[in-house]
Amino acid sequence: MSESAQETKIEGLKAELGKEARRAKLNFNELKSGGFIKQTQKDLFTVRLRCPAGLVTSEKLRKAAEIADRYGRGEVHLTVRQSVEVPWVNYRDFDAIVEELRAIGWSVASCGPRARVPTACAGCSYNPNGLVDTQGMCLEVDRRYFGTPTGLHKFKVSFSGCPIDCFRTREMDLGFQGVVEPELVEDICNGCELCVRNCEDGALQMVDGLPVRDPDKCIGCGDCVKICPVDAMVMARKGWLVRVGGKHGKHPLYAYEVANLTPDEGVFALMEKTLEWYRENGKGRERIGAVIARVGVAKYVDEVVKPLGLAAIERAEDRRKYRAGGNFHD
Amino acid sequence: MTDQTCDEKLDLRGVLCPLNFVQTKLKLEEMEDGQILEVVLDDGDPIRNVPRSVKEEGHKIVGVERREDSTYKILIRKLGS
Ligand code: SF4
Ligand code: SF4
Ligand code: SF4
Repeated sequence: MSESAQETKIEGLKAELGKEARRAKLNFNELKSGGFIKQTQKDLFTVRLRCPAGLVTSEKLRKAAEIADRYGRGEVHLTVRQSVEVPWVNYRDFDAIVEELRAIGWSVASCGPRARVPTACAGCSYNPNGLVDTQGMCLEVDRRYFGTPTGLHKFKVSFSGCPIDCFRTREMDLGFQGVVEPELVEDICNGCELCVRNCEDGALQMVDGLPVRDPDKCIGCGDCVKICPVDAMVMARKGWLVRVGGKHGKHPLYAYEVANLTPDEGVFALMEKTLEWYRENGKGRERIGAVIARVGVAKYVDEVVKPLGLAAIERAEDRRKYRAGGNFHD
Repeated sequence: MTDQTCDEKLDLRGVLCPLNFVQTKLKLEEMEDGQILEVVLDDGDPIRNVPRSVKEEGHKIVGVERREDSTYKILIRKLGS
C-alpha cells in the first residue's frame, strides 16, 4: 500500500471514529431526554413513542410498525399510559430511529424525572359523557411542557372528560377532570322529574314542583343537563376539577381535590406553578404527593391555587363528596 | 302537554338498552319531519338512556309523563336529519 493510500485510509478511519463519537454523544442526549428504556437483555432497549392523549395518526402507526419490523422483533407494546413502545431495539439503532421519527414530525417520549407525556380520554370529542375538550387540552399541555425537568422525580398528568374519571386523575401528580355547574331555567321546566331520578348522587330534589340542587352533594357530572328533555337544565359553567398529589406504585397516594371549575387558562397556569412549587419544596426523589404529605395540602393551596385566583377547594369536607369507599386511611 | 296527539306509538316496556333506542330510531326514520312519536319506556336504564340519545340525534322531546306503573310515556317530535 502506498503512503498516500495509507494516509487516506487513516483519514477515513478518523472520520469514522468522529462520526461514531458524535453518534455516541447524540445517543447520550437522546437517552437523557428519555424514551429509551433499558431491557433486561444486554444492549437492548424499549423505545417509547410520544403519543399525547393516546392519539396516533395512521401515518405514525405505520411508522411504529416499520420501526418494529426494521429494528425490533416486529411487535409493539401498548402501555397503560397510552403509548406505543417498540421493544427489542439495539442502542446502536437509536440515531436511525430518531431520524426516521423526525422525518414525519414524531419523537420518542419522555421518562425519568420530568413531565411525562400526558394522557386523556376522548372527552367531549365523541364520548357521550364528555363535558370538556380533554384531547385538545392534553395536546396543548404536551406541546408546552413536554419533558420539563423536575429535578426530583416523574410528573404525570392526565385529563378525564367527566366525573366517571376513566383516566384516573386521582392517581396523577396533577389531574384534570371535566365538571359542570348545572342551573335551572325555571320558565322552561315542566316538572317531569327526569333529572331528579337520574342524579346518582341524590343532589336534586323536587321542591314545589321544581328540581333544587344541593351543591354539597353535586359532583358536576352533567347527567341532569343531558337528560332534561326540554333543555331547562343547562350548563351554567364548565371547567376542570383539579387534583394534585396522586400516584400509583409501591405506595399509592390518592390525590387531593384543590380547585373546582377551573377554566382552560388555569390549567396552563397550574402546570407551571405546580412544577415550580414542586421543585422548590421537594427533596430527593419525592413525588409531589409525598411533598404534600410532608408539608400539608394547605400550603400548596395557599401558594399555588389561591395566588392564581382559581376557585380553591380548601376544606376537607368539600373534598369528601368526591371520595370513594375502600381501603384508604385518611 | 300529554294531550298532544301522536302520529305513531311504540310500546318499549320490557325492551332492553340499546334495542329500545334502535327501535325508536328505526320508527323515527319511517316518519315525516314534525310528526310526533309516543314511546313507553321502563324506569331505570331505559328512561336514563333513550331520551338522551334521542336528543343527541337532534330530535325534540315535547312531553314526558310518569305513569301509574312507574313507566314513562315520552313524546318525540321528529326533526330533520
Ligand atoms: S372520563 Fe367520562 S368522558 Fe372520559 S371516557 Fe370516561 S366516561 Fe367518557
Ligand atoms: S350535575 Fe350530576 S351530580 Fe350534579 S345535580 Fe346534575 S346529575 Fe346530580
Ligand atoms: S328534567 Fe328538565 S324539565 Fe324535567 S324536571 Fe328536570 S329540569 Fe325540569
